Amino acid sequence: MALLQLSEPGESAAPHQHRLAVGIDLGTTNSLVATVRSGMAVVLNDELGRPLLPSIVRYGADGMVETGYDAFAHQSADPKNTIVSVKRFMGRGLRDIAHIESMPYDFIEAEGMVKLRTVQGVKSPVEVSGDILRALRERAEASLGAGDGNPLTGAVITVPAYFDDAQRQATKDAARLAGLNVLRLLNEPTAAAIAYGLDNAAEGIYAVYDLGGGTFDISILKLSKGVFQVLSTGGDSALGGDDFDHRVFCWVIEQAKLKPVSPQNGRLLQMRAREAKEYLTLNGEAPITARLSTDEFVDLKITTPIFSEITRTLVQKTLGPTRKALRDAGLTPSDIKGVVMVGGATRMPQIQHAVGEYFGQEPLNNLDPDKVVALGAATQANLLAGNRATGDDWLLLDVIPLSLGIETMGGLVEKIIPRNATIPAARAQDFTTFKDGQTAMALHVTQGERELVSDCRSLARFELRGMPPMMAGAARIRVSFQVDADGLLSVTAREQTTGHEAHVEVKPSYGLSDDEIAAMLKDGYNHAPDDAFRRALREAQVEAQRLVEAVQSALKADADLLSRLERAHINSCLAKLQALLIGDDRRAIDAAMGALSQGTAEFAARRMNQSVQRALAGKKVAEL
Amino acid sequence: MTNFDLETLQQDFFSLFGLPRQQALDADKLELLYRDIQAQVHPDKHAHLADSDKRLAMQWATHVNEAYQTLKDPLKRARYLLHLAGHDVGLESNTAMSGAFLMEQMNLRETVAEAKAVGDVAALDALHRRVGKEIVAEYSQLQQALDGQSLNRAGTLVRQLMFQEKLFQEIDDALAILET
Repeated sequence: MALLQLSEPGESAAPHQHRLAVGIDLGTTNSLVATVRSGMAVVLNDELGRPLLPSIVRYGADGMVETGYDAFAHQSADPKNTIVSVKRFMGRGLRDIAHIESMPYDFIEAEGMVKLRTVQGVKSPVEVSGDILRALRERAEASLGAGDGNPLTGAVITVPAYFDDAQRQATKDAARLAGLNVLRLLNEPTAAAIAYGLDNAAEGIYAVYDLGGGTFDISILKLSKGVFQVLSTGGDSALGGDDFDHRVFCWVIEQAKLKPVSPQNGRLLQMRAREAKEYLTLNGEAPITARLSTDEFVDLKITTPIFSEITRTLVQKTLGPTRKALRDAGLTPSDIKGVVMVGGATRMPQIQHAVGEYFGQEPLNNLDPDKVVALGAATQANLLAGNRATGDDWLLLDVIPLSLGIETMGGLVEKIIPRNATIPAARAQDFTTFKDGQTAMALHVTQGERELVSDCRSLARFELRGMPPMMAGAARIRVSFQVDADGLLSVTAREQTTGHEAHVEVKPSYGLSDDEIAAMLKDGYNHAPDDAFRRALREAQVEAQRLVEAVQSALKADADLLSRLERAHINSCLAKLQALLIGDDRRAIDAAMGALSQGTAEFAARRMNQSVQRALAGKKVAEL
Repeated sequence: MTNFDLETLQQDFFSLFGLPRQQALDADKLELLYRDIQAQVHPDKHAHLADSDKRLAMQWATHVNEAYQTLKDPLKRARYLLHLAGHDVGLESNTAMSGAFLMEQMNLRETVAEAKAVGDVAALDALHRRVGKEIVAEYSQLQQALDGQSLNRAGTLVRQLMFQEKLFQEIDDALAILET
């Protein structure tokens, strides 16, 4: 009697297996992958012991795709096919990108997001990022010994807190292309705060100042009793160390009186500019020498005062969002207990000095600014994979960085969800028609703080069609926004009197469509169809096993919430799925999983309710 | 929303937290309760479970966030209490405002615009303090009115406070711009 045996759940379940999960810092300049091993977050090095993977991809004429240091070596010889700082193009159109004139790429303006023409064809920034993520996934799988028995469960991937919906969606798409299951998109400063806060058992209000290669974030967090609550966040998703390099680059062109340079020479001088900037962190002056392909010779010296002078406005540019974030949190600099510095660019003494002066305290630099984000992400991935016991965990409450709204009459924006709202968040607003007999309504979703639509970012346009004709102002169209825990938005519009509905995941105008992703995945798998099949089956089996374990442990804890009939139904779904698990019919496994999920939905709802009641009851008892 | 427990959805925000339905509020206690409930329902706690569990967690966490934001803010809390009592605040009809109050608001707004135009930080600071003080005083009146069941009086105070909060915000923004 299989059914009877199963009704004592937990017995047959294998001892809780440690699930492999990683945190990935997908940076503008460098990327890292980290995991939690024996309770410690560690960065996973490559086979040569190097922790960083330069975020560079080279598409070779021979069909090879090189990433990291291999691609780095070719960047000045083959600049057009060697893509650096691709993060700056994620979810961005051509006119959004600064200094585009000094970039060596063959850009193609595509709807929503720019693309690049390479020797291997047109590549979207999502594909390029996908190649970086794939290299990191392979590094992680090799280093963790992931295989059929214990595959990589998933990854937490970090994004700048100030990334908008289009940039987040593009990042998630890139992960899908790389074959990664995204457990969560996590804001970079929040990841740093987790690493710092857990390491130092910090309590109080902290600021995280995160200046990376191409992005700047400032987040204000309240750390208290295992809860990391983001109070506000601000930033500039197009400001970073690259811009400091660019200032030096321009200075070099000007000082050496160079005529417009070729892409090769441009890339070479940009590399020299970056080296000079890094050298100035510990030295008072830095040499800049280069022999160009035109036989011109550059031989300059840049001093700290000159560097400070030419980059002063960039440093100041970070303080505006910092002030705004504090104001949004209702705080002043003196309320901040510590300022955690993150990102390689915070090594610059100019930044250290400006931040120290603004907050009136020495910034905290006791964590490696290059690694802290990846380590925090790994810690969160470990938690999300279910590797930590209740009581030995923490809670993260994050926010959206920019207000979400909808276009109304006259090109104005009606804000639906304000910036710094804690996620997940939802809000609904009613709109009406303005013409008699109107049967369709165009909805335009925007993100940004300005009042005019033209000053905000356009996220999506969609239409609610087929409404019954009514007098102007008689229809009641309820537009509902839902932002999930990844900070991603979906929008539903519903005509209230007739129940007519339209729904969008907000991605078509900036991210890739599902069809595009499917086509790219298929392209990738065409090379190894068997491998793809095996992998998909294995993934389904692993997922199904997880579901079985989850349901068994739920039954063990709370079977009393179910009637005998309900219990029998769940047990029969469980038995069906377990029987299919060992086979190789992926569709049948998927279907049985669907049936089990559906069969346990009500049970899950009751359990959730009970856990809330217990949390409240616990509070009342504690107060007595 | 099929999975979302209907009883909880229909529960008012005060009952959700087990707090008395009134304007007077222990903010620290609310925050503690909020964190305790989020610790149970947040999607991060259910990330390794089935999709249906994840969806349920998102709905719960969204609901708890909204409840917390509504109760935490005294003006939102007051409007919510009036809404629960079935009392129309009449936000659309300006006629419900006293002429004297509107006149004063217009004058204040002009003063702010002038100070902003000439970059008079000291004047803005003084206005900021003055309006801030008035707001604090009115919130305490609002609490008395609401918890003493004088709903009409509470409605008037809510309308006034909406004006004043907006003005306060404008002064704040002006100061922020002048500081940079």
